[in-house]
Amino acid sequence: MKKVKADPKGVLTGAHYLDGDYALAEGALAAGCRFFAGYPITPSTETAERFSERIPSVGGVFIQMEDEIASIAALIGAVWGGKKAMTVTSGPGFSLMMENIGLACMMETPLVIANVQRGGPSTGLPTLTGQQDMMQVKWGSHGDYEIIALCPDSPQECFDLCIDAFNLSEIYRVPTFIMADECVGHMHEKVVIPPAEEIELVERKWFKGPKDKYLPYKPDKDMIPFMVKAGDGHRFHTTGLTHDERGYPALNAEFQEVCVRHLVEKIRMNADKIIKLEEDEIDNAEIIVISYGITSRVTTRAVQQARKAGIKVGTIRLITVWPFPEKRIKELAKKIKAFVVPEINYGQIVREVERCVEGQAPVIHIPHCGGWVHDPDEIFKAIKEASK
Amino acid sequence: MKEEDHLEEKNPMEDLLRMDRIPHIWCPGCGIGTVVTSFAEALRKSKIDLDKTAIVSGIGCTGRVAGYVKLDSFHTTHGRAIPFATGLKLANPELKVIVFSGDGDIAGIGGNHFIHAARRNMDMIVICVNNFNYAMTGGQVAATTPTTANASTAPYGNYEYSFSLPYLAEASGATYVARWTALHLRRVAKSMQEALGKRGFSFIEVITPCVTLYARRNRLGDGLNLMKYYYEKSEIQHGADTRTVDISYQGKLIVGKFVDKEKPTFLDCMNEHLGKVLGDKYKSYGVSHE
Ligand SMILES: Cc1ncc(C[n+]2csc(CCOP(=O)(O)OP(=O)(O)O)c2C)c(N)n1
Ligand code: SF4
Ligand SMILES: [Mg+2]
Repeated sequence: MKKVKADPKGVLTGAHYLDGDYALAEGALAAGCRFFAGYPITPSTETAERFSERIPSVGGVFIQMEDEIASIAALIGAVWGGKKAMTVTSGPGFSLMMENIGLACMMETPLVIANVQRGGPSTGLPTLTGQQDMMQVKWGSHGDYEIIALCPDSPQECFDLCIDAFNLSEIYRVPTFIMADECVGHMHEKVVIPPAEEIELVERKWFKGPKDKYLPYKPDKDMIPFMVKAGDGHRFHTTGLTHDERGYPALNAEFQEVCVRHLVEKIRMNADKIIKLEEDEIDNAEIIVISYGITSRVTTRAVQQARKAGIKVGTIRLITVWPFPEKRIKELAKKIKAFVVPEINYGQIVREVERCVEGQAPVIHIPHCGGWVHDPDEIFKAIKEASK
Repeated sequence: MKEEDHLEEKNPMEDLLRMDRIPHIWCPGCGIGTVVTSFAEALRKSKIDLDKTAIVSGIGCTGRVAGYVKLDSFHTTHGRAIPFATGLKLANPELKVIVFSGDGDIAGIGGNHFIHAARRNMDMIVICVNNFNYAMTGGQVAATTPTTANASTAPYGNYEYSFSLPYLAEASGATYVARWTALHLRRVAKSMQEALGKRGFSFIEVITPCVTLYARRNRLGDGLNLMKYYYEKSEIQHGADTRTVDISYQGKLIVGKFVDKEKPTFLDCMNEHLGKVLGDKYKSYGVSHE
């Protein structure tokens, strides 16, 4: 993996007061993203607006496409044209992108998609928050595949995780998602953007061998195949069909096994390297609250209250939601009394927790159907109940 | 059409095809392969840098074309070849980008992308093999199926109006529009060559026989019978008003080059406008500043 410093042209070094959506745009520019295709949708539109304003002076392309299907298709094309590329959307647009997210996975195309989640289903609550696309991001396109999804809980983290997302997508040649939510997207906070030389980026894994020897899907030692861009004389082929190392269609069970297993394993076998968690007071904890995104910030208040009441409560904040940190949860399940899982949906990530806990401890879910965040008191009460 | 065009018999294009993928999947008598031959001829004659030429297809019998042409080649999703190509072109403006796909792909599921790429005058060539049906999936009715023609999902005949693609392309903003049939291979190649030498959104429709499905279902005979129909009923009218070129079932086929004009492309417009508004702060995108 080749690391390079960020190009200062895209880096707005300094302390700013930004909302999460703007911070996503700044993160993308700092990460070297020079192509953005999108379609307006609340509460994500500000990212597109910011990018469209900034890109002419940085050097790159913004294009507002005719819909989200076109946006994601253009992204994949742009990446094979040699650029780093990003789009943002929310529920309805995310649903439209699903088929081509599968294409990006199949073609092993590194790109970044941010979903600033709002309440669903359907048009739902355009201006109000939700965390209801957490399973869709993992399973929404047909077939078996793996992706990486990160969850920021602040505008600062929108910036930071955007850079991480670009780096991870390049390392694993996989679409990487930033699963933000309306609260984080519209919240204004201080965002510190470091100098360019302090921002480390992963360079695309360019193929340097003889032009006619390029095999777009031959795994390297680290499982990840090399990339090229169109126009460099490799005359390569790529397809959404099940394919061989050359990228040629290979429509049988034998190649399905090779091709799909690779898409899944390159992420599963590297899960430990990918997963980032923020843990607090886990060692002596009897109760562990698992949360992500805006819900983590509400949880903080509830946990303070619980600790004041003498309850031994620890927290895990899922910065990486996919791949899911199953090893860590399994390990903790043996030691603790109960897990508490608040999230702004009717039961999504809690299912993953339950799967990993394997019945070794109660898992208490605190659902919320969206539109607003939990009342910290509700989480506090659940912690108290669990500790009895 | 009254003058005879010759089908190129031999295949002088070996360096332009992925010979390691031949034999292809198309039925004997299918017209798609002959359109590819014209394309290869156009590529060869136009003398453009083939290392800087990319082809993008959607899904369908025609969608398989990208897999056989030895360029940087992309076989994408059904209907999305045009937006994929848009991203490819904008990311690497030195590329010549060709979309090669079926009528269902381009005018049915991908119709919205088609009109928007034409509206933007996106610098690309769209070659549409119009076989009047969704062939790959078994001959279903399409947005281009002539009214009253039979299709597997129009078993009593099609009662919808069909698109006239040249009219749609011109109305949407295309700067080059031509229509030929698979009989006019030389002219197809010539149009392709002209489009390769142009900037802007070019559209070439090629009426092509689907012998296995459309022809059989409508009892139109074999490939030869369809060629005969093209021969008898096609009429070259260069510069024809695209409002008048719609196709009726087994009716007249007005072919020719209908539109050929110059207009700034998407990137021309972007660079010119941003340069005007932002002044020295703006460096034109996609042109060398050395
Ligand atoms: C989203 C989606 N819907 C449906 C299909 C099934 N499908 C494959 S090819 C095709 C029609 C292709 O028709 P056309 O573009 O005219 O190409 P042809 O086979 O006639 O050359 C359809 C409907 C698909 N692949 N993807
Ligand atoms: S089904 Fe029709 S279009 Fe498809 S290969 Fe056969 S003849 Fe050609
Ligand atoms: Mg067709």
